[in-house]
Amino acid sequence: MLTLQNVSKTFNPGTVNEKTALSGIDLHLERGDFVTILGSNGAGKSTLFGAIAGSFPIDSGKILLDGADVTALPDYKRSKYIGRLFQDPLKGTAPNMTIQENLALAYLRASGRRSPFSMITAADRREFRERLAQLELGLEDRMEQPVGLLSGGQRQALTLLMATLVTPKLLLLDEHTAALDPATAEKVLSLTEKIVAEHHITCLMITHNIPSALNLGNRTIMMREGRIALELEPETRKTITTAELLTIFRTQGVESDRILFSAE
Amino acid sequence: MISFAVILSALELGCIYSLVALALLLSFRVLNIADMTTDGSFTLGCAVSATLAVAGHPLLAIPAAMACGAAAGFITAALQTQLKVPSILAGIITNTGLYTVNLAVMGFSSNVNMLKTQTLFTLVRPFFGTFYRLVPAAVIAAAVAAALVLFLKTRLGLSIRATGDNPDMVRASSINTSFTITVGLCVSNACTALSGALIAQYQKTADISMGTGMVIIGLASLIIGETLVRRGKLWGKALGVVLGSILYRFIMAIALRLDLPSECLKLISAVIVALAIGLPNLPTARKGGGKKC
Repeated sequence: MLTLQNVSKTFNPGTVNEKTALSGIDLHLERGDFVTILGSNGAGKSTLFGAIAGSFPIDSGKILLDGADVTALPDYKRSKYIGRLFQDPLKGTAPNMTIQENLALAYLRASGRRSPFSMITAADRREFRERLAQLELGLEDRMEQPVGLLSGGQRQALTLLMATLVTPKLLLLDEHTAALDPATAEKVLSLTEKIVAEHHITCLMITHNIPSALNLGNRTIMMREGRIALELEPETRKTITTAELLTIFRTQGVESDRILFSAE
Repeated sequence: MISFAVILSALELGCIYSLVALALLLSFRVLNIADMTTDGSFTLGCAVSATLAVAGHPLLAIPAAMACGAAAGFITAALQTQLKVPSILAGIITNTGLYTVNLAVMGFSSNVNMLKTQTLFTLVRPFFGTFYRLVPAAVIAAAVAAALVLFLKTRLGLSIRATGDNPDMVRASSINTSFTITVGLCVSNACTALSGALIAQYQKTADISMGTGMVIIGLASLIIGETLVRRGKLWGKALGVVLGSILYRFIMAIALRLDLPSECLKLISAVIVALAIGLPNLPTARKGGGKKC
């Protein structure tokens, strides 16, 4: 589904701020793969997502999505196929627009054949209602309310629904539960699991929470200094403990990483 | 003190100038861009409309002026989205260039006299009598306000609103912001030019300085309207803008009656806008929390 070949990116080349964020990344995801990504701050995880989503041009390498070369495609064209969630719940929704209008925006990707001058129809509304009800947050009765009135957790759940309303070829989750309180984070995470499984979405998820990195999905990779430092074998993944994983990370030469992971 | 004629003219001018305020509702409030093209595209509307009316095409003058306004908006949008010129500077650049363009449209003269020219208003005079200027002005203002609201509810309109509301979100969605900003600025400047086109035919004259300070007058109307109609969604906002523009004209009419020299009006407008935008942000007022989330 997704193939990265030797992808590299250096920010501010030739200046004192030069920073190699990605160096020669090779990654291949099969359809339906759910890969969790671990790594300390600055390891290049978010840059990897930026490269996949097309937020900036990469210096070298190739990105293939579902067999098509998207390396030169601008971000808004790629996002037709890629859903993306950020850590900040405010980033994914338009606060002064209603829930229904936000969903209609997310629906735009699928409705290429409909006129840009068409409005939200009764059929659209029914569909939105049904999908909102699946979140079990009561949002289906608040469709005319501006999204700015929702809590962070509700907004993130709505963003998740918007990203998957039209099933994307790839879903990028960038620590999307890190800014939520533990109970809400749990809820959004289980919603994520449910939606991803239901629609067999190919998914990449960045997390600092080792247990959820190991429990969710079918693969786990660790990034360090712009490279994929390690991919856990499926067997290892099932049996390894948080402490052991931290030891592996330390022997890779990153002493300070313990404080960056929550090991509860 | 306030005669029927004064009320009538305030209503007429309020309706016509409300098109500028509606344009700013789109560019300033919806797209979150302070569009400095406004002054120039207003004058462009005046110039195109006057020149064509003098040539004997008072009706064709209206869509032609709107098309020219849209072209001006397109240039500002292109500077901003393609050449990455900061949005305010992009508007100022277009505005400066338009000064020459506007003079050229008027045959390199700083004004066009239309005293004996047939206009949209004189054409409908036999039907509406005393209200021959108010009826077309009110109908056009209502039609444009309704069209704008309906437009903002379409898919394209929703994309434009999202572009102004949450740029972060739009970057991660399939909306092409260059496109939505371009459409938004074209529509808003067409609207501004329409206002200019009507004013030129209304006053039977076009002058190179007619658009000076128009962006501030439009903002003043917009803000007065937002104060008048606080609740309500898009329909309420559009209605408020038209009412605000009419109220602004009444304030100006009263100011003139009080023998304030007309040269003072721009200063008054500037103070109104500065206070209306600035007051909620004073440290003492900020405790109540901003209205934007």
